[in-house]
Amino acid sequence: MSEPIENFSDFLKKILQIVMWVLIFLPIVIFPLILIGETYLPTKISTLMANPDPEAIFALLDSDLFRVAVFPGFTFAATFAAFIGLWERKLLAKMQMRVGPLYAGKYAGILQPIADLLKLMSKEIITPRGVDKPFFWAVPLVTTAIAVSLLAVIPLSETSVIARTDVGVLIIFAILSFFPIAALMAGWASNSKYSLIGALRALHQMVAYEIPMILAILGVVILSGSMNLLEIVSVQENVWFLFLLPIGAIVFFITALAELERVPFDLPEAESEIVTGWLTEYSGMLFGVILGIAVYIKFYAFAALFTVFFLGGWIGPSFIPGEFWFILKTFIVITLMIIPRGVFPRIRIDIMLRAGWAKLLMLSLVNIFLALVIIELGILPVR
Amino acid sequence: MSTMSLSVGPQHPGSGHFRLQLKIKGDIIVDVDPDAGYVHRGEEKMCEYRDLIQNIPHLERPVILDSMGVLYPYVMACEDLLGLEVPERAMYIRVAMAEINRIISHLYWLGIYGIFLGHSTMFMWPMGDREPFIDLAQLASGARVTFAYMVPGGVRNDVPDSFESQALKAVKYLEGRLKEYDRIFFSNPLFLGRTKGVGVLTKRDAISLGAVGPTLRGSGVRSDIRISEPYDVYDELEFDIPVLDEGDSYSRAMVAFLEMKESLKIIKQAVEKMPKGPVRLKMRGQVRLPAGEAYSRAEAARGTMSYYIVSDAGKYPYRIKISPPSFRNLPTIPFLLKGARLADMPVIYWGINYWPVEADR
Repeated sequence: MSEPIENFSDFLKKILQIVMWVLIFLPIVIFPLILIGETYLPTKISTLMANPDPEAIFALLDSDLFRVAVFPGFTFAATFAAFIGLWERKLLAKMQMRVGPLYAGKYAGILQPIADLLKLMSKEIITPRGVDKPFFWAVPLVTTAIAVSLLAVIPLSETSVIARTDVGVLIIFAILSFFPIAALMAGWASNSKYSLIGALRALHQMVAYEIPMILAILGVVILSGSMNLLEIVSVQENVWFLFLLPIGAIVFFITALAELERVPFDLPEAESEIVTGWLTEYSGMLFGVILGIAVYIKFYAFAALFTVFFLGGWIGPSFIPGEFWFILKTFIVITLMIIPRGVFPRIRIDIMLRAGWAKLLMLSLVNIFLALVIIELGILPVR
Repeated sequence: MSTMSLSVGPQHPGSGHFRLQLKIKGDIIVDVDPDAGYVHRGEEKMCEYRDLIQNIPHLERPVILDSMGVLYPYVMACEDLLGLEVPERAMYIRVAMAEINRIISHLYWLGIYGIFLGHSTMFMWPMGDREPFIDLAQLASGARVTFAYMVPGGVRNDVPDSFESQALKAVKYLEGRLKEYDRIFFSNPLFLGRTKGVGVLTKRDAISLGAVGPTLRGSGVRSDIRISEPYDVYDELEFDIPVLDEGDSYSRAMVAFLEMKESLKIIKQAVEKMPKGPVRLKMRGQVRLPAGEAYSRAEAARGTMSYYIVSDAGKYPYRIKISPPSFRNLPTIPFLLKGARLADMPVIYWGINYWPVEADR
């Protein structure tokens, strides 16, 4: 028998516990079981080793497991994320008249992500006294799971996509609303005031900026007449939505910076006030998983979403595969998202919330109006 | 809503050797208890066991960034007691080096101010741009920090011939860089939003709390020892004292920024006007201070630095009292932080330019 719930915090704790178990149980146990059961992978691999058959290999490359685990999915995104980390450091160093990572690897510190990984792995994981252990250990897993699940709907090209779903945009909204929960879990479980303040700031910020972001995407949905991300890209064959909905693109860009807790919206991690915010008590590889994998995969995912919604996804001259164009565009968006870090100071929470609730919300409504005007004038046919 | 007590420091990236015991209600700071004294070294007591030359190296330890500024009044008080006439070239070298040190100190302050606001470029740039001036100090004194360059009766050694050309080169370099600072930081709309109207210290409050230096000048009080009681050759040089009336964090930051420009002017004039001649009066090995007392003050980077020396004609000084600017600015920190937002804490705290080691001495 479970104990009776006495107050609100107990109630929240119960809910979070259920959410946590579901989040842990699904990716670790159920999904792999489904995937393996579907493709009979172990037997397939042993057959392939005995009798290498090109067709079977292509079939494997086309399998869902390969997509999830390797190409448009986790491995690709994690490698890309590690590369983003290096690129960010090099670019910032250029802006600040430094050299940045230099010694790891033959050319320009190219192996720095690996060196960072090794360093973090060799460090001790400290679990401070008084933390809520299951929650504390679950947070890296949960944040990673949430960030990676965004990858499922992002189409790198017509063929390189994991989930061909007609409700891609809705899935993105649903996943977005999980991020504050993860931050709150970390802040709560850490038993630290800095963590708690950081988590509450993250909560305020993400909730305030989620709504303008959703409304900004709504303009795209109105123009393309679909919530399928593949369809949204194919509608942009002639003209990118960036040129039709510039306000929406700006709103999405700014809100993405806020959702990613990047400068100037890095107040949940404001170092001079609250140490590292909700990450304060994490050390070693737990920190490495949150920061290196979850945060940067999220970064990649948001840049990729910007590419899908406003830059025409994989569309480009067709003599080079679409994946290349997609990655190139995403890379440019990532570069644009890094640049504010060298230019702006941190913003204050009250200024930020006012900007989010008043200005960006207004702008995103104007954006929807513009989308309707474009439909009404027949510039883009209703689909 | 209940209050939460938050201990900022001494192990906190934004505190230094110092602790602020905050009580916060939501995002608002309702009570502040500054806890100084983590780096008390007993400098004043140490002075009573060393003669006046031996006192020089340890007296500049509390403020290694501004070692000329912290030694200036000590040396002048000693000269006052001994009745020494400093050679003119030494005076010019002292003024030039004091201003070079003011720039080194202000650039360091600006770098930390930048990173406290989350502006990483403003952290890297001033830290890198200190380099020409540190090189300049090294050229003159042989050390990159804690020069121990000032001695009663002049400076320790003459500057090399290349000092003038190097100094003018460094001045020209920083003049160009300050314009870029202005573009990327001081006229950045987010910076203005963070600092304008934050931590307002009115003229009346600034005077009654006993603030000094850029904090006082940022509140509209035209107070600078270099102008009001000119020492050495400051009265022969042309420069201005930047004073802003608003009294908020922005005007305090702006005063420090404009002061660097004035310091550049002073360095330029000082190295150009520098006459030839000796730089140090001859003194025998161990000089005893004659019986008596002397008080002297000078404008260090953080404000008015003053020394009071009492001597009973013994081997060592009888008593030396140091009044550092940071200690005198300390009362403004709890005054300004009460009622401020938690996010404004680093801006206000570092905007005062409080240096815990100097205050604890």
